Amino acid sequence: MKNKILIPILVLPVWIFIYASLQSSADFIVYSLLSLPKESHFTNALHFFIYEVPKVLLLLTLIVFVIGIIRTYFSPERTRKILGGKSLFVGNILASLLGIVTPFCSCSAIPLFIGFVQAGVPLGVTFSFLISAPMINEIALVLLFGLFGWQTALIYVATGLVIAIVSGYVIGRLKLEKYVEDWVRKITVGEAEIEEKILFGNRVDSGINAVKEIVGKVWIYIVIGIAVGAGIHGYVPENFMAGIMGKSAWWSVPVSVLVGVPIYSNAAGIIPIVQALLGKGASLGTVLAFMMSVIGLSLPEMIILRKVLKLPLIITFAGIVAAGIIVVGYLFNIFF
Amino acid sequence: MNSIKVYGTGCANCKRLEAMCIETIAELKIDASVEKVTEIEEIVKSGIMRTPGLEINGKIVSAGKIPTKETLIHWIRENTN
Repeated sequence: MKNKILIPILVLPVWIFIYASLQSSADFIVYSLLSLPKESHFTNALHFFIYEVPKVLLLLTLIVFVIGIIRTYFSPERTRKILGGKSLFVGNILASLLGIVTPFCSCSAIPLFIGFVQAGVPLGVTFSFLISAPMINEIALVLLFGLFGWQTALIYVATGLVIAIVSGYVIGRLKLEKYVEDWVRKITVGEAEIEEKILFGNRVDSGINAVKEIVGKVWIYIVIGIAVGAGIHGYVPENFMAGIMGKSAWWSVPVSVLVGVPIYSNAAGIIPIVQALLGKGASLGTVLAFMMSVIGLSLPEMIILRKVLKLPLIITFAGIVAAGIIVVGYLFNIFF
Repeated sequence: MNSIKVYGTGCANCKRLEAMCIETIAELKIDASVEKVTEIEEIVKSGIMRTPGLEINGKIVSAGKIPTKETLIHWIRENTN
């Protein structure tokens, strides 16, 4: 058990060393080894690719590992207990925060929804959780941090939380309980007592497994996304996007949100491209709105939720979240 | 006859767990039926909030994760006769 804890302690210095030498390695490969001319389109694109891919993958590995460990301290069962009987506003804040750290996959959205509602968690509070859980995810966080800097990553978490809190609160105030499918209220929910004594070594295991699973799944999208982004960096002219996704185009924010809903890409593929667009004259608010809509409002999840929610509630839910994202988009375009 | 139930709406992880169970009981030569429960109502009634859920002879041993092979063997040995 002890050597499991040793693994991350031994790997961390190696990680830091590689991360610190990324810039010089990329310079060495591109300018010395391949002796490419500086300032050509191709060199810029290649340098961007060689530098960004390992950087983002390293960051992703670290963050996914840490979050994998943090998540072993939380479970939907525990979250449900915390949220039961909480007043509306406080409940919304708590639910949004717990949405970040509670393990969640959209395939268990229904059992989770029913479990929450049946345990007396108010509908609006449940929605705060359901909005924040997919929208604020570690992959998006890493990519924003790696490609844009910590300020943007922080803004993303903060705005995501605000949207989840406010949307859930509004849904709660609208008293939409009658639009929950009738069978949900009739069903009797069992109490599964899964007693788990988790040793710290097992938590480290969970972290390693999370890395294997998540990084193993998304690395290819990151590589492709950054490759496309590198192409855009090197070859698309400056200000090319200004007319379509720039500040002057007032309609760009709502259109970005609408386009984003049916796109069910993971954050990994979309963010590098979005980052490249930003360099070509797209504005931060528009780009942020597009990204949140792609990750936070997904059509497949709404289809799943249709089994427990009547259509008016789904439409209200999507409408409120979309409106929140649009407001955030405009605010950023005005202030940044 | 022992009974193993895998709760899940049919995502990839649920199928993988079901396959693991079938493989493991064959290797351990344990007489058990492996049943896949896909009905949402049934899943909710069991109290599971994360899929895949695993139930061995009426006892829910895990939810929301795929155990390692050793852990699965341990659970099956402990809860079957």
